[in-house]
Amino acid sequence: MAETNNDQGIPEPEGVSEVIDTEYEIGQDNIETQIGPFGLDIHNPVFLISGLSIMLFVFYALALPEQAASIFGWLRPWLTQTFDFFFLGAANIFVIFCLLLIVLPLGKVRLGGEDATPDYSYIGWFAMLFAAGMGIGLMFYGVSEPMSHFSTSLGGIVVGEDGARTDWAPLGAAAGNEAESIRLGMAATIFHWGLHPWAIYAVVALALALFSYNKGLPLTIRSAFYPILGERVWGWWGHVIDIMAVFATLFGLATSLGFGATQANAGLNELFGVPVGSGTEVILISAITAVALISVVRGLDGGVKVLSEINMGLAFLLLAFVLIVGPTLAILTGFADSLMAYVTYLPALSNPIGREDANFSQGWTGFYWAWWISWSPFVGMFIARVSRGRTVREFVICVLLIPSLVCVLWMSVFGGTAIQQYVQDGVTTVQDASLELKLFKMLAELPLASITSFVGIILVVVFFVTSSDSGSLVIDTITAGGKVDAPVPQRVFWCVFEGAVAIALLLGGGLASLQAMVISTGLPFTVILLLMCYSIWRGLVAERKQG
Amino acid sequence: MFKHIMVPVDLAHAGQLDKALSCAADLAKLYGAEVTYVAVTAATPGSVAHNPKEFAEKLDAFAAEQAKTHGISASAHAVTSHDPRVDLDPTLLKVVTDTGADLVVMGSHVPNITDYIWPSNGGTIAGHAKVTVMVVR
Repeated sequence: MAETNNDQGIPEPEGVSEVIDTEYEIGQDNIETQIGPFGLDIHNPVFLISGLSIMLFVFYALALPEQAASIFGWLRPWLTQTFDFFFLGAANIFVIFCLLLIVLPLGKVRLGGEDATPDYSYIGWFAMLFAAGMGIGLMFYGVSEPMSHFSTSLGGIVVGEDGARTDWAPLGAAAGNEAESIRLGMAATIFHWGLHPWAIYAVVALALALFSYNKGLPLTIRSAFYPILGERVWGWWGHVIDIMAVFATLFGLATSLGFGATQANAGLNELFGVPVGSGTEVILISAITAVALISVVRGLDGGVKVLSEINMGLAFLLLAFVLIVGPTLAILTGFADSLMAYVTYLPALSNPIGREDANFSQGWTGFYWAWWISWSPFVGMFIARVSRGRTVREFVICVLLIPSLVCVLWMSVFGGTAIQQYVQDGVTTVQDASLELKLFKMLAELPLASITSFVGIILVVVFFVTSSDSGSLVIDTITAGGKVDAPVPQRVFWCVFEGAVAIALLLGGGLASLQAMVISTGLPFTVILLLMCYSIWRGLVAERKQG
Repeated sequence: MFKHIMVPVDLAHAGQLDKALSCAADLAKLYGAEVTYVAVTAATPGSVAHNPKEFAEKLDAFAAEQAKTHGISASAHAVTSHDPRVDLDPTLLKVVTDTGADLVVMGSHVPNITDYIWPSNGGTIAGHAKVTVMVVR
């Protein structure tokens, strides 16, 4: 018998769970070879096609920048305008589906089998899913988005010559009404960062965790389609799904890294007078990639988890600082008000059809939903990787409700403070500043600005690192056919490749067009996610029957 | 001289381990030592097994087969790890202490240029374990 050892041996028997009986052996399509001194263990053809098509698109964007910009620059808004009802409707379905899983008996199913125990403590788990999921966005939009919705709401409805609304205010705006504009602005922001995005991530993560830990299928996106496609999932259907996921993940990360470097550069210039230019930006991308590299080589526990926890700690300190030295009472009542406003406006904001606020519902909401969905293969798969041992109910509560609450708190503190500065003291520096500087302009109005701004810059950089390292692990796993123990040089390759793509696009132009292309992948992935809901349902029902 | 031999194995590539395995078996017979076969897996499904439980069963079967083939007394010890490729060395070192083994016999590749960056597992264990380590190349 195997010795069982509680602290590091095999967990106790996994209990009843319905392992899917398939002829497919994980790694059967893999090529294990030696290139020079490096060992490789890669999925054929996912690794090769993903890598080559990424390079093709980079060359295309560099060789024909204007054509690429016009095609993708047209495609993205066309998609969010034409399919806005589809994005909004689908996201609502994901939220309802997740909420149902919390209350239905299906929520009792445990990921990893009845007797599995959680792989990570709540803190480590939570830190990792947050750092991968949206940390960096909170840094940039925490101040700017509430401000923007507040201003447009206050501005009221503006109608152009053709009778269409030209303002970007949510719903019917709140012309001239400051208090209501704050409520509407906060509700609209929380709407974009609350339940809906996390439900999108939760669906992907749950599908992958369920089919991997309970059904014994490889940890790749295609496994979630086994109930629909059957054995065909191991053929081209599956290859296409996996390749698309790699594609969206790598370009999503690389373009964010490229833009992020530009933004961090602007921040550094503001704070320390560091020159703005592609030289500095290339150094920043290289530095972020280098730290991410150390992190992936140190592995999930020694690198990714440690950095995520450092990140969480720093972000919490900054949050607490702003809360205490900022207008504490106003922020706290603002938190409760924002939450109430969110609940009040939620039905109207999430309504997919017959919207009068096309600019807002398509340009903001539609854009965000496509964006979150195009990131979902990456974030979902990473969440799945660290969520073994949780029950479905616990999983959904922790991936859906708690991060949503944290986002409400974050937005109330950072956005609330900036709005208070404007309303109470008439400070307009935040409003006038460009996106990447808004956070720093807000901090500048508070005491100890040089310290907090420095912490802010560090947070921006480390959040990029935590996205980059977890992304490299995800791409490595998908391109190794679901194996999490592929040779280390492979994850190093993806991490470096991502940095190289970011630098190439930054120097040659093409960040914007390829980012538009990534967001366009949100459309096919929305279909994929809807099908995943069905798969999860089937999988959970089968699981309950076993138990 | 030795009472308990620990033999780390990679079940996915057991075919490449023949030399280390027969070496360990010979030593076990010579000293009348017990052999523990150790393997590390991730919790996710892999090429060897669908879950950690199945992995442990396969390792048990492997140990039983070795015991029968070589006529030695053998047991199995399976360990799960979050990131086996990276955590292998520290995990194995901990198992050396936990099992109380006084000799480790493990297979390893012939060192090449990459060993300067990523030392082989055999090399690292030999460098850090407190007991005798025999690296079979």
